[in-house]
Amino acid sequence: MKKIFSRPESLTNAPFSYCPGCGHGIAHRLVAESIDELGIRERTIGVAPVGCAVFAYNYFNLDMTEAPHGRPPAAATGIKRTNPDKIVFAYQGDGDIAAIGMSEIVHAANRGENITVIFINNANYGMTGGQMAPTTLLGQVTQTTPFGRDPKREGYPIKVCELLSSLEAPVYLERVAIYDPKQVLNAKRAIKKAFANQVENKGFSLVEIISNCPVDWGMTVMDSIKWVKDVFIKTFPLGIIKDKTR
Amino acid sequence: MPKIEIDEKTCKSCGLCIEACPKKCIAFSKEVNKLGLPWAEFVKPQDCIGCGFCYQMCPDVCIEVYK
Repeated sequence: MKKIFSRPESLTNAPFSYCPGCGHGIAHRLVAESIDELGIRERTIGVAPVGCAVFAYNYFNLDMTEAPHGRPPAAATGIKRTNPDKIVFAYQGDGDIAAIGMSEIVHAANRGENITVIFINNANYGMTGGQMAPTTLLGQVTQTTPFGRDPKREGYPIKVCELLSSLEAPVYLERVAIYDPKQVLNAKRAIKKAFANQVENKGFSLVEIISNCPVDWGMTVMDSIKWVKDVFIKTFPLGIIKDKTR
Repeated sequence: MPKIEIDEKTCKSCGLCIEACPKKCIAFSKEVNKLGLPWAEFVKPQDCIGCGFCYQMCPDVCIEVYK
């Protein structure tokens, strides 16, 4: 009998500090498995964000650093430019990438930096208790939109992939979900491709992962999975937004 | 025969593996672990097909699959 699935080498044995059922754990594993399969663990450097994944440096068995809120693409740019032979990725949440770090991600993408960005979109600020993020859906109740997000007051959800697709330089932008095993395997393919693009020096790749946040959404794990499937991905349609590698 | 091993100490009782298992081989335990939560228990080893769906969905990577 052979072990066919077990903890990837690129993850440490530290238990995740995420809430039960949180999508971050699955995303971490997919990133780690992709790195293992591409055989780039010894030369990969990750940049952790501020947010729920702030302790990502404890969980990845890689060289990791931590950037101020929203700045992982800028830190990753510096690391990649000074170490062009290294594989550099930024791991970010939606408050990080779409609010305070909007400028950093847009300019890193516009410069076509040869880095990989993994973006977890869970439609709210998870770490601080579920406040509205730029990606919060219309009508969604959060701590700071207790009557639901009203476009007249808070504007519309920002679709980061679509926004970046208007730029010339990014080579690969895809939105995936992780609500069932089929979607998880599809997300794995996308993440692996985003890393492979960097190995092949193709340029800027970003994968947006639609994740669930059961605790801050005030739902059970199963209800949050259902909400992702029935509501969340209607606003954020899945698929390849841009692929210049084909 | 395929089998899975679940690390009961790190299981956070989210139930995603139980939902994902096509053969319903996993169920919550009657007791609780050190986190105070009933862990996911491999209750029907004879039905396991080694598909790995439980592993794919586990957010805490605490499942190993053998085939």
